[in-house]
Amino acid sequence: MKVSESWLREWINPDISTHEVIDQLTMAGIEVDAAEPVAGAFSGVVVGQIVSIAPHPDADKLRVCQVAGHPDGAEVQVVCGAPNARAGLKVPFATVGAQLPGDFKIKKAKLRGVESFGMLCAQTELEAGDDDDGLWELVEDAPVGTDLREYLNLDDTVIEVDITPNRGDCLSVRGLARELGVINRLPVTQVQAPQVPAVIDDTLPVTLEAGEACSRYLGRIIRGVAVDAPSPLWLQEKLRRAGLRSIDAIVDVTNYVLLELGQPMHAFDLAKIDGAVRVREARVGERLTLLDEQDIELSPGTLIIADNRGPLAVAGIMGGLASSVTAQTRDIFLESAFFNPLAIAGRARSYGLHTDSSHRFERGVDYELARTAIERATGLLLEIVGGQPGPVIEQVNEHLPQPAAIELREERIASGLDIQMDAATVEDILGRLGFTETATSAGQWRFAAPSWRFDCSIEADLLEELARIYGYNRLPTKVPGQSMDIKPHTESRLKLGALRRHLISRGYQEVVTYSFIDPKLCAQFEPQIDPVVLQNPISADMGVMRTSLLPGLVSTLRYNLNRQQQRVRLFESGQKFVPGSGGVAQEPTLAGLVYGPVAEESWANESRAADFFDLKGDIEALLGLTGQAARFDFQAATHPALHPGQTAQLLFEGERLGVLGALHPQLQDDLDLPEGVFAFELSLKSLLSARVPAFTPLSRFPAVRRDLALLVGRDLPVSELLASIKNVAGEHLSDLKVFDLYMGKGIDPHRKSVALGLTFQHPSRTLNDEEINGFIERVMDHVTQTYGATLR
Amino acid sequence: MENLAALTEEALKLVDSADDLAALDKVRVEYLGKKGLISAQAKMLGKLSPEERPAAGAKINEAKQQVQLRLDEVKARLERQAIEAKLAQETIDVTLPGRARDTGGLHPVTRTLERIAEIFAQVGYEVAEGPEIEDDHHNFEALNIPAHHPARAMHDTFYVEDKHFATTGSSYVLRTHTSPVQVRVMETNQPPIRIICPGRVYRCDSDLTHTPMFHQVEGLVVDKNISFADLKGTVDQFLKSFFEVDAPVRFRPSYFPFTEPSAEVDIGCTQCHGKGCRVCKYTGWIEIMGCGMVHPNVFSASGIDPEVYTGFAFGIGVERMAMLRYGVNDLRLFFENDLKFLQQF
Repeated sequence: MKVSESWLREWINPDISTHEVIDQLTMAGIEVDAAEPVAGAFSGVVVGQIVSIAPHPDADKLRVCQVAGHPDGAEVQVVCGAPNARAGLKVPFATVGAQLPGDFKIKKAKLRGVESFGMLCAQTELEAGDDDDGLWELVEDAPVGTDLREYLNLDDTVIEVDITPNRGDCLSVRGLARELGVINRLPVTQVQAPQVPAVIDDTLPVTLEAGEACSRYLGRIIRGVAVDAPSPLWLQEKLRRAGLRSIDAIVDVTNYVLLELGQPMHAFDLAKIDGAVRVREARVGERLTLLDEQDIELSPGTLIIADNRGPLAVAGIMGGLASSVTAQTRDIFLESAFFNPLAIAGRARSYGLHTDSSHRFERGVDYELARTAIERATGLLLEIVGGQPGPVIEQVNEHLPQPAAIELREERIASGLDIQMDAATVEDILGRLGFTETATSAGQWRFAAPSWRFDCSIEADLLEELARIYGYNRLPTKVPGQSMDIKPHTESRLKLGALRRHLISRGYQEVVTYSFIDPKLCAQFEPQIDPVVLQNPISADMGVMRTSLLPGLVSTLRYNLNRQQQRVRLFESGQKFVPGSGGVAQEPTLAGLVYGPVAEESWANESRAADFFDLKGDIEALLGLTGQAARFDFQAATHPALHPGQTAQLLFEGERLGVLGALHPQLQDDLDLPEGVFAFELSLKSLLSARVPAFTPLSRFPAVRRDLALLVGRDLPVSELLASIKNVAGEHLSDLKVFDLYMGKGIDPHRKSVALGLTFQHPSRTLNDEEINGFIERVMDHVTQTYGATLR
Repeated sequence: MENLAALTEEALKLVDSADDLAALDKVRVEYLGKKGLISAQAKMLGKLSPEERPAAGAKINEAKQQVQLRLDEVKARLERQAIEAKLAQETIDVTLPGRARDTGGLHPVTRTLERIAEIFAQVGYEVAEGPEIEDDHHNFEALNIPAHHPARAMHDTFYVEDKHFATTGSSYVLRTHTSPVQVRVMETNQPPIRIICPGRVYRCDSDLTHTPMFHQVEGLVVDKNISFADLKGTVDQFLKSFFEVDAPVRFRPSYFPFTEPSAEVDIGCTQCHGKGCRVCKYTGWIEIMGCGMVHPNVFSASGIDPEVYTGFAFGIGVERMAMLRYGVNDLRLFFENDLKFLQQF
């Protein structure tokens, strides 16, 4: 909300600077977003009047004006190019010697040979508004020759405040003044709203048919208004400085009262109301064309103002077009009501609307304000548009809010704020804020909240008020005293940070990508999953929740390849969202990607491209951190986004943790990526459990190694061969490694040679040759029988 | 015996001229070996009278020693030279770059999150996490934000289609803050509670200074006799610790539906130290976080008795902290993931 300082000072005028006012508001919880002067810095500008105007002899677009208003009293010649310059017009006139914003000094000049003594100004040239269509047209009764700053009171500041939703009571000049009054201990100007006596008897029947949604409704007929009467300058200026445009006098007055008092009002064309005013809920199928010409279907339950025929307005949100005040309007019906916040909240938004009125009603409008507001508006209307007012019609039902009764305990002040606030201070602060003390006993009060405070209903709310007015920063500061209890410390749990650091040390850069991705991309990676869809995405390409971290990583790869990166290693940890039968699994996941040479380019490094086994080695290293790598297992597997012949799944005791492999060539093609992208994605669940080390005694006896080169079928997974050898080699096999793999020339094309190193060691004695030969024989017999293996 | 002197002379000359260890050894064998020329002189002793023998023997020994001494000297020299030659040959250019094993790095958001978590871990805060797709109850209702409450407009919420969710009837959103994690913790734990909840949060807003996803750390302390002063002290100490600077910290009344009293926290601009600059929009203050005393309704909704316990909560925007700490001037950089940006951290 915007409000000018001068208007605020009409209500409360503490002897402090603009800066201090802003500071006080800020520290009272009213955030000031901006404070800008109403106009730029200028001087020497007066109200001028174009007395006569003639074409420029030498330029089509320029005209020569004779302008009145110079302090000397003489008419002065000014050359002007504005299209709206015309005789009789009153405009800002910068005389010779004037200083305009931007350090621009007005001098005597010659324009295409014609002398010009000054300049006629547009709003923008004085930094007093956004209108740069031409000269700033001042009202007809502007006093010629008066200093413009003085005349328009331009030494003023527009303060823009950001009111939090709890403080609807501050959405008016009066509300802000009330806060400043409390802070400065000054009285606030009383509302100028004397009761306007009825001149005519005309009324309309008003009925409240919506229970607590509307518990108070005031109306008044005013006949014979002159809708074409212009709003006076002071009114237009106040509205302009509050960011509102002047529409017509009647709308301007209702807007003015809304800004001044915080009471949204509405004026109907009386001629368009059929018989009665009924405040009720909309019925199925009812429609209304709003003031903004939007035709809406009213959802049942929407609070409306209706007549005997049907809906006239959406209560508290927007009026209807048909019943609005127009140039033909002669008689009006003025509305000032209390609509329950709960009846308005969310409604405007459901129709895609947000109005100054709905903004206030949603937050709560003082339920005792309606009469003051209608008298205030009537008074102003009579001044400006004339007419004969009827009596105020008022309907109130039993649902009118009661002031909240709030208990406050002294002991709670002490424990909540850590200060001993004496009773006088408590009563003073709350009293100034408008709370009424209704009961007092030892160490305890009961207060009634003022009718404008919808945010105060419990003790904690009063603590906040006390803290706020006393000053948050004057309150004491300490830290919680804490117990020195030592909590259990789990060792069988790996920290995600450890995995991260391990990947980092292996060259991976962590990234953070959006959790919502392009549905097309999502389907390219995992077409079998129906992802969670956002109802209101920022854009179509951020429309679904990721079912995998891989699309984000691959997109990041592409982004960086487009920025000349040659070698990329990325990882990300975060949740993925996989719908299943039991709902959506939100799984903590770790994923990574490698592309490019195995090492950075260097005189000393290999330059081969990274492949599957580089990636797998990195993952095996991660498994090593758990201290229980043996419980994990890799198996050939498939994944829609990965190469069917270069994909493995990682199992933890038979449970699939995730996959690793080469990006599928088709996908790689579709995404326009180079070959050689390898990726992994693993559930963090089992990766984060670790084994607590358990010592096994060291053997002091020599280990013996035997090597075997076995020829086996090409399709035999080496992991299977190793597992079965471990099974039969006996308990003294202490290590088994694959030290060579060969396929090709010199051996059967259907077979491969797997060279194995078997190490045996006994814990308490030296193994003899005979025993070792026995182990090897057992292994050979087994692999020959099971896999048809032969020695190479 | 004149021969001995000549032999000695000869041997010494040969020793001196030997230019490798093999040549030197040859001289040793030739003169001092068992059958060597000087050793052979001893055989002559038999021909001498017993009176002459000791003196002659001594002379021979003397000659042998003289030659041996020279041999040792030269051997040492040659050995030294050999090592030096080997070392010279093995010399490498140590200024060449090492065999590169490049390391990656943490994302600045993670780096900042870890820093925040470490600071709070010092005084016993534990980390709690929760789902990012939340039900309306945990994200709003339990936090004292009923449906249609104007405060919901403060959260530009992403709504998700609920067809996949088991419990129908509730609507699901991308959590707009990590406060629902606090609710989940309070639902299942009794005080004392001392947690921080880091994580991704989502708001339907995207422009120069907003990304639709960002990170928050929410903190929660619940115990008997936790006061507003405890909140102020905690926030104040945290900010000074995080920024490693003794900047002023101020609390402004504000509004969050789940706290009462509520406060916005400003820190004296770390850039200009309060003089006014672009970073602080010439106010000297930077708005840094929100906080407040847990609203009794939130306690009641989570099964904690607000008459017995009180608590405070605070929420920290991680990207904002990272931007201020590391001088990053564009929020969007965090999610573009340009390696040239990420590698700076």
